[in-house]
Amino acid sequence: MASVKEQYDALDRVIAENKDLPGALMPVLQGAQEIFGCVPIDVQKYIAQALNVTLSEVYGVATFYSQFSLQPKGEYLISVCLGTACYVKGSQKVLDKLTEVLNVPVGGTTPDGRFTLQATRCLGACGLAPVMTVNDEVYGRLTPDAIPAIIDKYRKAEEA
Amino acid sequence: MSERMISLTIDNVKVEVPAGTTVLEAAKQAGINIPTLCYLKDINAIGACRMCVVDTGGRALQAACVLPATDGMVVKTNTPALRDYRRTLLELVLSAHDKKCLTCVRSQSCELQKLCKDLGVENGDRFAGKQNEYAIDDASPSIVRDNNKCILCRRCVAVCSKVQNIGVIGPVNRGFATAIESPWNMKLAQMGCINCGQCINVCPVGALREKDSTDQVWQYLNDPDLHVVVQPAPAVRAALGEEFGYPMGTSVTGQMAAALHRLGFDKVFDTDFGADLTIMEEANELIARIQGGGVLPMITSCSPGWIKFCETYYPDFLDNLSSCKSPHEMLGAVIKSYYAEKAGIDPAKIRVVSVMPCTAKKFEAKREELAATGYPDVDAVITTRELARMIKEAGIDFRALPEENFDSLLGESTGAAVIFGATGGVMEAALRTAYEAITGQVLENVDFRDVRGIQGIKEADVKIGDQVVSVAVASGTGNASKLLDSVRSGEKKYLFIEVMGCPGGCVNGGGQPIVSAQTRMTCDPRVERAKALYQEDADKPLRKSHENSEIKKIYEEYLEKPNSHKAHELLHTHYASRPLYLD
Repeated sequence: MASVKEQYDALDRVIAENKDLPGALMPVLQGAQEIFGCVPIDVQKYIAQALNVTLSEVYGVATFYSQFSLQPKGEYLISVCLGTACYVKGSQKVLDKLTEVLNVPVGGTTPDGRFTLQATRCLGACGLAPVMTVNDEVYGRLTPDAIPAIIDKYRKAEEA
Repeated sequence: MSERMISLTIDNVKVEVPAGTTVLEAAKQAGINIPTLCYLKDINAIGACRMCVVDTGGRALQAACVLPATDGMVVKTNTPALRDYRRTLLELVLSAHDKKCLTCVRSQSCELQKLCKDLGVENGDRFAGKQNEYAIDDASPSIVRDNNKCILCRRCVAVCSKVQNIGVIGPVNRGFATAIESPWNMKLAQMGCINCGQCINVCPVGALREKDSTDQVWQYLNDPDLHVVVQPAPAVRAALGEEFGYPMGTSVTGQMAAALHRLGFDKVFDTDFGADLTIMEEANELIARIQGGGVLPMITSCSPGWIKFCETYYPDFLDNLSSCKSPHEMLGAVIKSYYAEKAGIDPAKIRVVSVMPCTAKKFEAKREELAATGYPDVDAVITTRELARMIKEAGIDFRALPEENFDSLLGESTGAAVIFGATGGVMEAALRTAYEAITGQVLENVDFRDVRGIQGIKEADVKIGDQVVSVAVASGTGNASKLLDSVRSGEKKYLFIEVMGCPGGCVNGGGQPIVSAQTRMTCDPRVERAKALYQEDADKPLRKSHENSEIKKIYEEYLEKPNSHKAHELLHTHYASRPLYLD
């Protein structure tokens, strides 16, 4: 885990790379999201000052795009596709099962900080519907019954 | 240089317009009002609300506010399909609106209400469904935000960020959850909001309004133990008439004084007297700074929106600010000292009510340092709009009122004072007095035309005796930013700068009567209202502050001379830098 100073140094580098480009706010926010895992208020104030834009603008962009998160996300980000194809193939039931197994609402993070559950638009893997991703791993043709085993795998990976 | 003209047909009317004109503007010229909601001339043209859609024969309907007119274009603005489209849009807007028109401060000046009536919306619940419920933000002393009425047009956002260079509100979240808010759930009062109220003036609905102080004023008036004194600002007389059906730019000074008497105020003084007093102090402060090596350029301090802007965003200029209080605060301090002594009234029993074109004055009046006598210099501030409501509530037939005068002791004023309400006015008034004080000669032509008009930044070199005084005037804090940046970088050098927080000055203040976006397309309140003030100036027998006989008297009897110890105690103040956000 990088220290706070290292994180801000990394952010400074992203800012320096983009500062003079039009539309610098997006890449800087993307960088911040990657570095900090989220874009909390202090980071947003820092970006606003560095790019000479208002905090309103930073916050507006950060809350418009779902890729940005205001609170830290869990170690494993579980994204369940609710796009049309997945939805008609029953992804809502998969999502419901996940809220039950993880005991968090959609958009929430487990108290131990391991899992964040979110619903997404089409992930572009309609042929595998219903689909979910856990970080960069893709799971297709899911049924609610398959969920506990998948979650268990990540829980155990952590313990090992 | 002649502009290239193009010709198009709108609803079978041939129109010729300069290239670059939008279809919306061209239609206006042809006598056709295309309905608008998010459009605001020169400030917001984003084609977002789709109310102004027109049919150009193409595949899709086009938003006229962002559609450039082209040669030979044939436009239809009024087809059954368009009327149906607009009605549906309005019904959708209503599905997320609280529809509490009967108790809304903007009833009858609401652009949404007017469109619904004009376009024949019959069912406000056609798309009834889930509605967001928002808490009302009334923590600011100046501005109240009620998102239950907001239609997301973004006119307030545009004026706050683009015109005023502040940006303390913006769209947050997405889709159904979209709202216009300050970031991180902060209230306006926690942000670097300068309370200018320009957002209120441009809101088409009742989502933004002034914090109402009329109840407080009625309480004062109904308390027999209190001596209640009122003072209206220069710009109020140039706009109050609009609330009673007079054309924009009608001066109603005499009727306003009469209405204030009838409301029951014990004395009706005039902030114009305070303006003359300000000039005495400020012109002499300027001379002292120039001759004594003080901090220059000196910058005016009458506008509380500007002052908070400077304290928050340009604190390195605080020493440049004149130490003069604003005119109504000066008058308040004098009412509770000089007038109280002369009239034999305990200042503890006096309440000073200011009628201002301004919402920032409400914040200013609450500043702890503005209490020269140990009591607040000013106890309550109401806006022009609130005064109009009180007059209506009291059943006073404003149009039938005779013209009356202000009360003596603190009611006389000169032409120099009345132009305080327009951008450049304080500069011109100060120059009239400074000229005579420096040269010892009579200034024959009192009109300094270079500093008049609505340009955002004006410059002039004024010859006073053998010295050339470089001055600049900015109105609107966005323009003030540009001007201060050029001073900070060393690119520009001035001796004296006037800044007013609102574009065009106080005549266009955040407390003035609402002017709809449609009216603004053809009529500029900054211009029309200022005309009324300059006419009043031209008609006055005395046009220099130092010639005001009541001003002479107060210095002889009480203040001794400008910038005396006593004057400093009562009439001057200090400033402090402020954080961008409060926790």
